[in-house]
Amino acid sequence: MKGEAKSQGIGASVLRREDDRLLRGRGQFVGDIKLAGLKDVAFVRSPLAHAKVHAVHVPEAERGRRIFAAADLDGVKPIVAITALAGFKVSEQPVLAVDKVRQVGELLAMCVADTRAQAEDLAAMVELDLEELPAVHDMVQALEPGAPLLHEHWGDNVFLESAMDVNIEAAFDAPVKITRTIRTARQSMAPMEGRGTVAVWDHRMEQLVLYTGSQMPHIVRNGIAECLGLQQRQVRVISPDVGGGFGYKGILLPEDVCLGWLAMRCGHPVRWLEDRREALTASANCREHYYNITAYADRDGRLRGIDCTAIVDSGAYSSYPFSACLEAAQVVSILPGPYDFPSYRCKTWSAATNKCPILPYRGVARTGVCYTMELMIDAIAREVGMEPYEVRLKNLVQPEQMPFDNITRKHFDSGDYPEALRRAMAAIDLPAIRARQQRGEPDGRLIGVGHSIYCEQAAHGTSVYAGWGIPMVPGHEQATLRVTPDGGLEIRVGVHSHGQGMETTLAQVANEILGIPVDRIKVVHGDTEYTPYSTGSWGSRCAVMAGGAVATASREIAKLVKGIGSHLLQAGSDDVNLVDGKVVTATGSVSIEEIAHTWYRRPQDLPAGIDPRGLETTIGFKPVRDSGTFSYAAHAVVVAVDPEAGDIELLNYVIVEDGGKLINPMVVDGQVYGGLAQGIGTALYEEMNYDSSGQPLASTLADYMLPGPTEVPAPAIDHMETLSPYTEFGVKGIGEGGAIAPPAAIGNAVNDALRPLGAELYQSPMTPRRVLEAIRAARQRASAQTVAEGV
Amino acid sequence: MKPVNFDYARPADVGAVLALLDDQSRAVKLMAGSQSLGPMLNMRLVQPDLIVDLTGVAELRRVEETAGDLVLGACITHADIEDRRVPDVTRGALPTVASGIAYRAVRNRGTIGGSLTHADPSADWVSMMAAVGARVRLRGPSGERTLPIEQFIVGALEVDLAANEVLVSVVIPKLSSRARWGYYKLCRKPGEFAHAIGAFVTDPERGLCRVVIGATETRPYIVTDARHLLGDVAAGGPAHKVDPATVDAFMAEQGMHDPVDRQIHVTAFRRAIEQAR
Ligand SMILES: Cc1cc2nc3c(=O)[nH]c(=O)nc-3n(C[C@H](O)[C@H](O)[C@H](O)COP(=O)(O)OP(=O)(O)OC[C@H]3O[C@@H](n4cnc5c(N)ncnc54)[C@H](O)[C@@H]3O)c2cc1C
Repeated sequence: MKGEAKSQGIGASVLRREDDRLLRGRGQFVGDIKLAGLKDVAFVRSPLAHAKVHAVHVPEAERGRRIFAAADLDGVKPIVAITALAGFKVSEQPVLAVDKVRQVGELLAMCVADTRAQAEDLAAMVELDLEELPAVHDMVQALEPGAPLLHEHWGDNVFLESAMDVNIEAAFDAPVKITRTIRTARQSMAPMEGRGTVAVWDHRMEQLVLYTGSQMPHIVRNGIAECLGLQQRQVRVISPDVGGGFGYKGILLPEDVCLGWLAMRCGHPVRWLEDRREALTASANCREHYYNITAYADRDGRLRGIDCTAIVDSGAYSSYPFSACLEAAQVVSILPGPYDFPSYRCKTWSAATNKCPILPYRGVARTGVCYTMELMIDAIAREVGMEPYEVRLKNLVQPEQMPFDNITRKHFDSGDYPEALRRAMAAIDLPAIRARQQRGEPDGRLIGVGHSIYCEQAAHGTSVYAGWGIPMVPGHEQATLRVTPDGGLEIRVGVHSHGQGMETTLAQVANEILGIPVDRIKVVHGDTEYTPYSTGSWGSRCAVMAGGAVATASREIAKLVKGIGSHLLQAGSDDVNLVDGKVVTATGSVSIEEIAHTWYRRPQDLPAGIDPRGLETTIGFKPVRDSGTFSYAAHAVVVAVDPEAGDIELLNYVIVEDGGKLINPMVVDGQVYGGLAQGIGTALYEEMNYDSSGQPLASTLADYMLPGPTEVPAPAIDHMETLSPYTEFGVKGIGEGGAIAPPAAIGNAVNDALRPLGAELYQSPMTPRRVLEAIRAARQRASAQTVAEGV
Repeated sequence: MKPVNFDYARPADVGAVLALLDDQSRAVKLMAGSQSLGPMLNMRLVQPDLIVDLTGVAELRRVEETAGDLVLGACITHADIEDRRVPDVTRGALPTVASGIAYRAVRNRGTIGGSLTHADPSADWVSMMAAVGARVRLRGPSGERTLPIEQFIVGALEVDLAANEVLVSVVIPKLSSRARWGYYKLCRKPGEFAHAIGAFVTDPERGLCRVVIGATETRPYIVTDARHLLGDVAAGGPAHKVDPATVDAFMAEQGMHDPVDRQIHVTAFRRAIEQAR
């Protein structure tokens, strides 16, 4: 018999419990929180990218009453986000700028009034005396000798240099050598809900209560306490419903600190809600990479070596807990991707520029790395006259090599990469597309097919981050589980669910072990007061880490339940089993409801020696090996490129992904869809440009283009389930993967389409203009060659 | 951002609008559908003391037909035209173009008067109304004047409209059964402003042979006698007779220096002609 409870466990596509409130518009976001006496804050932000601050003139009547500048913020420490990596240069970010501003949008003063409009009226009264300095508007320019300096005492604009060299000389004699320059644009993560904070001082609890949309409430609590000089017991961070995190909400905001300070002294709640203009102009914060890369290969497509230098535009400061070098340092270690080759050299710079701090956006560094590496693989294929998938199959790590330590000593736990690629190629039907290309299109468009493959290290733990020495090294992930007096279950976790569906999937994990129906399980998250400490939701870690913690704690609860149950059944505790929410022996059974009732309501029925922990436990989890799970996927796409208009249409999209054991396949598909949409944004639409004075050139969504429903095709998704040997149930982290591969797959498809014209494109987003420029450049090369040959 | 504090009036007739506009003591701004003004208010790019909402003025919602023209009140919306709640005298040209403006929510509110007055070079009406040879009627304290679109729109976001004038209606010539038209815009996705527009209208019976190249840096290029650009198409011939090099050279003359820009606009123009109806 298959009980109903059974069908809600691991592997069941249980509908998401949180969707009921979210889809009915009943979610509770920071902007929905109404507290009596609430006043609104608007900030005066720097209009310049780089300037000396001579003065911030505040009308005398308002100074310290409704308008506050840096000098008013007594006792507030600047935000400092450090790492122990050798050579790292520390940036100090005052929450309100003091001597200098280093990006457009940097905070200069805080204004508070009954409404946001009135607060903006106050902001308009503040006069700034700024002396503009030459700006560092580009990461390549940042490293040039004589470039203006952001942090003068550094002597240059480099947060950190990272490098690795493994036998690169051995590759130099390879017959195929291909060099390319590759660039990805700066993006704004653009979650639907912007940032926002409500702060209030609670006199009864002696606490600053900070409602802020955050992926990591406990880390924000650390940071707030440190900046405001409070004890941890005096800070409570609540992260309610969050309308998209993606990394945008994975930091301590200077705004949080300002509002916390204000709430402590003003006697009423205060609120700041970021608007889209602030988000775009002050916080376009991700993805900007520059690569100069050479691939060495044999004529049969075998990769001999990769030699690369790269710059990541890190912006002006390192955000708390840490941001400045996450991408550039990781480029060194993850550029080889899922390939096995013998020689490697890579050097990267985290460049300081007059832009906002770069933050780790979904896919952190992997999206740029995948774009770069995969475009190079296709360039090799064109050069040696092979199909790109054949070159990949020659170089991918093979299943029999698992577990596999690659050239940068990344430890791949499991997987069959060639199989994923083969399935993707079968699904996209490569021969049919090649035939279609031969025939040509009636509308003159060019068809291209492209694919890409990547690996996503996820849920990497203490051993990986110890070396980084950042303020958020993850340790054991804890969960608190408590059976309620009516036999339901409360799960408390320190991670935050903001779209990942954890209110459902973590309940499924507990259901798998305890048999308690999912609708009787409550997952509590997003409140430092109620949940165990955690570094939060990042790095695709929650299913592995929080899921593992819930599994571990559930087993502990199962022991406790069986202890009481066996007494009630008058059996030995080894003679009972927990089945579908009941403790059973050969002859009888007792439900968890009855067991809970006995523990809480009828303790007189318990024997003297009963385990005094009752039905509650907090316990931590780490995988057997915490170097991370390696999920992966192959993406394949067919595009039509309009060579006259430069438009690109996605005709068909296929994803074959392997995330280990899937707790809820429907939720995983949702993660893949969302990631794909963002990946398409990176590939084709999203771009924040700056002029040479460091001014952002998009301030509304009319200028900053995001893909919409008509731009995102419904992909065909196929799952493989290669278990991780190190985690509970063999799950792997998959939260970011969907966003990693699309720019590479689409980029390869576009280059495949442009091949008859001799054009190649190595810059994202691939806009109509860039397509047309690439075609023009190819035509000019061709005619120059004709002329040369004619001479 | 939020707008500055302003007063709001919703008068019932044009006379009252003109009286409010005449108030020298405060900055007055007219509002129709607010689809362009709204964002500008929110960003405090305009900071009026008084907003005069035109949508309560019955005359501005009026539709009249004369022997040769259709006269649409300034507050007729894109959706009114798309849904053919107002007569179509352009052989489908205006309803077709209307249905491609922005999203339905914007079309429900956005007006022809607002769109033409805002004069964004990428806006659809700016190009199509110019192509069809429409005129605007402007009323001020000293009476009414009528201007063809090409004289009304003097630059990007710039029109020949005095601070005390209102655009009251748009006069659209009735096209004959021999008329042909084409309209093509290149834009990144539905609802986005175009990055190139090509439009043309020919009507031998009305002596119309007009071309507009829109979504330009400056005012769209409006050619009132476009026989040299349209080639045989002007006389009802096939589309492939249009010479891209002539069009390209024309745009270079108009000051479009970037070759990729010209290519994109030539493409839009050619497709407008290929899709001639
Ligand atoms: C998301 C979005 C997408 C859009 N996409 C497109 C698009 O693809 N194509 C396109 O063409 N447009 C687009 N628009 C603009 C839209 O069509 C606007 O409706 C139009 O440009 C302005 O019309 P309105 O009635 O809203 O004018 P308002 O915004 O009310 O006014 C605009 C200006 O005109 C003045 N004004 C208005 N009426 C009169 C009058 N009768 N006399 C004198 N002055 C007047 C106002 O004072 C103001 O300066 C888009 C708008 C949005 C919000």
